[in-house]
Amino acid sequence: MIYLHYFAGLKDAAGKAEEELSWQDGTAADVLQWAKTSYPSFDFSAVQIAVNEEYVLETEPVKSGDHVAFIPPVSGG
Amino acid sequence: MGTELKPFHVTEKPIDGAPYIDYVTHPGAGAVTLFAGTVREWTNGKRTMYLKYEAYVPMAEKKLAQIGEEIAEKWPGSRTAIVHRIGELAISDVAVIIAVSSPHRRAAYEANEYAIEQIKKVVPIWKKEIWEDGEEWIGDQAYKPEGGQT
Repeated sequence: MIYLHYFAGLKDAAGKAEEELSWQDGTAADVLQWAKTSYPSFDFSAVQIAVNEEYVLETEPVKSGDHVAFIPPVSGG
Repeated sequence: MGTELKPFHVTEKPIDGAPYIDYVTHPGAGAVTLFAGTVREWTNGKRTMYLKYEAYVPMAEKKLAQIGEEIAEKWPGSRTAIVHRIGELAISDVAVIIAVSSPHRRAAYEANEYAIEQIKKVVPIWKKEIWEDGEEWIGDQAYKPEGGQT
């Protein structure tokens, strides 16, 4: 199981802030592909991925128990 | 107060600069800069009614702390505290406060500006503008932190 976190426009598109996904082994790119397929109305082209609260490259392994967050371009300040 | 100030904090409550000035002030400091980011009514000819901020709070606080560490390395003797408010904010509400103390003023100004620039690039906080006739999450077409265009 992995824990997915959505924010801003992606949270609106998904209709939820979090969800759990049953997961064996894979990479951040695999999780991203799953999200793209699940929420096709959202444009993921500028989305960064964070695993366990750190930005990662798409090649980063994702293991059961990880928290994966999709980070649309930020706009704080 | 009763509670200890968190130097890198994301909160739903209204924020005030004074405790952050106190927090960063130390005997080695000769200057403290305080930046307050406030909610602007007009952006590119569009009138904002109010803003809504949201954050990935644990990661945002980690990233704010990282900015503080970077400032301490780049401008030795500097101390930083940053608080960002989330939730619904009205025009002129304070959204972010950055306090930086340094031995001399130039470093305090530079480091403070560095902090707000980094916040706008890497800290997972998002702003939605709510207008009279619609609303939009800001940042959709903007900067991508790593790999990709700047």
